[in-house]
Amino acid sequence: MQVLFKTHYDQDIDHLAIRGERFRILAAVGLALAAPLLIDSYFVGELAIFLVYILAGLGLMVLIGFSGQVSFGHSAFLGIGAYAHSVLLGQGVPFLISLPAAALLAGLVGAALGRASSKMHGFYMAIATLAFAIVVETILGEWTDVTGGHMGLEVPPMTIFGVDLGEPWQQYYVILAVVLFCIWGLANLMRAPKGRMMIAVRDSETSARSLGVDIARVKIAAFFVSAMLTGLAGGLMAHLLFYISPETFGVNESLKLLLMVIVGGVGTITGAIFGAVFVTVLPVAIAFLRELLPTSLADMAGLEQFLFGGIIALFIIFEPEGLYGRWRKLRLFIETYPYYKRATFVRQKRYLKTGRFK
Amino acid sequence: MSELVVENLTLSFGGIKAIDDVSFSVEPGEIYAIIGPNGAGKSTIFNAISRIYTPEAGAIRFRGEDLLKRRPHQVVDLGLARTFQNIELFENATVLDNLLVGRSARIRSTWLAEWFFTPEVRREEYAHRRKVEEILDLLDMQAHRHELVRDLPYGARKNVELARALCAEPKLLLLDEPASGLNPEETTDMSFWLKDIKEELGVTVVMVEHDMNLVRRLADRCMALGNGQVMAVGTVAEVQGDATVQAAYLGSAAA
Repeated sequence: MQVLFKTHYDQDIDHLAIRGERFRILAAVGLALAAPLLIDSYFVGELAIFLVYILAGLGLMVLIGFSGQVSFGHSAFLGIGAYAHSVLLGQGVPFLISLPAAALLAGLVGAALGRASSKMHGFYMAIATLAFAIVVETILGEWTDVTGGHMGLEVPPMTIFGVDLGEPWQQYYVILAVVLFCIWGLANLMRAPKGRMMIAVRDSETSARSLGVDIARVKIAAFFVSAMLTGLAGGLMAHLLFYISPETFGVNESLKLLLMVIVGGVGTITGAIFGAVFVTVLPVAIAFLRELLPTSLADMAGLEQFLFGGIIALFIIFEPEGLYGRWRKLRLFIETYPYYKRATFVRQKRYLKTGRFK
Repeated sequence: MSELVVENLTLSFGGIKAIDDVSFSVEPGEIYAIIGPNGAGKSTIFNAISRIYTPEAGAIRFRGEDLLKRRPHQVVDLGLARTFQNIELFENATVLDNLLVGRSARIRSTWLAEWFFTPEVRREEYAHRRKVEEILDLLDMQAHRHELVRDLPYGARKNVELARALCAEPKLLLLDEPASGLNPEETTDMSFWLKDIKEELGVTVVMVEHDMNLVRRLADRCMALGNGQVMAVGTVAEVQGDATVQAAYLGSAAA
């Protein structure tokens, strides 16, 4: 366990001030860069999906983990991003303009949703966002002239400056670049005043306001950033799916994103990445499980949703800090062996809170 | 000119008048204590001043500016910071981050600049951190700087709240029961700090407090409230000697 003796503000501000951490992250990025050389092209495609889920999960993390707002309808932004990007590409707009434009559109819709729901809390917000997702799904299905309706829409190929990027490894690198850029930007935001304002809004609106944080604005901006990241993920996902239809972005997908954030660990960027690992591995595990179960049970409709819901519930009850929290405990156990004590992570009893002025 | 002027303030919840025609003024550089039995309307006055509640009648002026024209998050810009009776901290953030949020009113950078973390943002960050370090030193809290607030004991949380309010560089500090729940030693520390805040930083302090020892030691002037009305104003000794105040706390001899 390395203890950093701090002599400069930069050591509090910089990313990865601890050497071991720096080494781990560099190793992970290096591995991600080398992956297409090391593994089969089928798995490169799977890895690209995993990266896209990281991005979508980060989007939801901004909302749930960092600013304490719920969204049960984040698949809508995935859908808006994917459709806007595909339609624009179909109109002949170049990839490098179309993708940011799609993300921006998703962000603006998100900001509008944030504006509408900025005075809601808890349940009401969950229901509002869920309803929003259903509305978006319906629009995507009915607006046949633009979206192709339930027949679906073919996604034009990815081309940058006239170079066709059809191979999985080419797409993988494009996606990796976008995802790394977004992780970096988000990490910047979280070490800057705006990140702290979001956390302030999450933990106590009353005192955030008394310290000069304009709550409504922070919420709207958080919705914008969140929807933009998820919209960006949607645009990239479209290329991996080749063919998109409204059902792809239904409530099920929202649930999946929620699962990611909660299972991964609410409130950290790493949590979203852990969650993405989990969500990508889960369908494989479920497919495996189906083979083991008796057919009557395996063919049952809704087995997947049941497992999703069950897993969310179990994590909330037994490990609210998610996989990342578990990992941190494991590391501390190894680092401090044999002095680890469980009490380190036992939460103190909460003291009375002022009656909330909501 | 008085620092804070409250005139004929009236505020009711449903049919109950929480504050009824209350007027008082606070002079620059003094420690002004508000005392009174539970439910007298002390915290309600604070919440009206920090614009959480909007009064039905009356005026609140801070350094000549009409506070009622401001929105809650704009009050601190004028130099008016507060703490809460039951501690409203950002539980899942470190002490350092809590204090840095105290600088919110002075943040100039934009979302886009912060996304790219431009050198300008970093320079601003240095300046804010320098101020926060001063406050950490003043309140002797360096040991806790990287701890999560939710892991801190009660007394330390009280200090973090005071420190966070100070980080906003207020001219006037509203303290809602700064010593409630503190043990005698911590209360003594608190009284020294409040003295330092008044004398070294030149901050005017308005506090609601039940601990009369602390009030006697610190307050330059004192106001007693009962049932939303002013019972007495004056030095602590005068207020304690007032017949209505004694009746409110102890019951009157005649009854």
